[in-house]
Amino acid sequence: MAEHWWGMLIDIPKCIGCGNCVRACATENDIPDGYFRTWVERYHVEDEDMTNPQVISPDGGKEGFPVAAEDAGKYFFVPKMCNHCADSPCTQVCPVGATFVSPDGVVLVDPKYCLGCAYCVQACPYGCRYIHPEKKTADKCTLCYHRITKGLTTACCENCPTGARQLVDLKTPKDPIHVFLRTHPVQVLKPQMATGAKAYYNGLDGSVR
Amino acid sequence: MNIFKDAGHLFRFAGLFVLAFIVFLVVRGYVVPKSFGQYGHYRGDAMSDIAARPVKYAGHEACETCHSDKAEEKSKGKHAHVNCEACHGALAKHAEDPAAVTPTKPDTAVLCARCHTATAAKPKGFPQVNPTDHSNGVPCETCHQPHSPAIADAGGAK
Repeated sequence: MAEHWWGMLIDIPKCIGCGNCVRACATENDIPDGYFRTWVERYHVEDEDMTNPQVISPDGGKEGFPVAAEDAGKYFFVPKMCNHCADSPCTQVCPVGATFVSPDGVVLVDPKYCLGCAYCVQACPYGCRYIHPEKKTADKCTLCYHRITKGLTTACCENCPTGARQLVDLKTPKDPIHVFLRTHPVQVLKPQMATGAKAYYNGLDGSVR
Repeated sequence: MNIFKDAGHLFRFAGLFVLAFIVFLVVRGYVVPKSFGQYGHYRGDAMSDIAARPVKYAGHEACETCHSDKAEEKSKGKHAHVNCEACHGALAKHAEDPAAVTPTKPDTAVLCARCHTATAAKPKGFPQVNPTDHSNGVPCETCHQPHSPAIADAGGAK
């Protein structure tokens, strides 16, 4: 039906935690302070304590992170955002048909229909939705739908200095994502929930929730 | 014998139901948008509404149409894959009408440190320095060209 089937590739070993994506997203989409469509978490795993990582995300990582101590276990940054699930739990609970998966695979909210009941905020297993403090409707990452439909990439991908985030089109055979997925150890978050998540993480550590 | 002889009140009542149903259909026809159900149980026009929002980051292709000299310079250095607006900020308004907005020059002492401040959390191969030891507040552009940051003179920083 649609020409595209959008997703995102997040390359953990390339992320330097600069917060450029968070700032770019806030600028592009007029996100109020303290709310995030994308944010960066810093994980700190000491020795074998895999099930108890220390996770920080000061102001969503917007202004970067404090300097980490040397030789204190492993550190890595995990950018988080809407996973644009193919079988999304958030769209299934909406009582009024205000949120949906578009034919090109982007989970969107129709602000004219949204009542602000916040069922979807509870249903999202990734914590990617919030109620907009002024509009009082559910708000979330649109995968920069106003940009990708004009042939641009998303604001976060455009501004990522290391290429740690890449917009991918799974319906375009020439998209390098196909080779990447075949040749790299790629995971999605919470695969046990069978959400059909399309945010693919390369080099994801087992401690990430 | 007419079985409908005493059933007139039932027909009048049924007529009320039919009328109410017709009113419901007419009101529904006006209230529900045409595009509802076009692709699924949602308003199809919502997608074009969302897609119509203005863009704030023009994208590096737009920058390169005019600033091809800078793009050329950048393509030879380590910052080849860092897009223009990652440092210069959102400039779609400047791309539409260059006279409308004049981009401000970023302060390299602050800008460069965002990515290049040394911390154990960053990938090991990523070039990073302790800004205090490395330059002590001197703007990075004193020595490094931001578009192609490696210092050409032998013996200098890479």
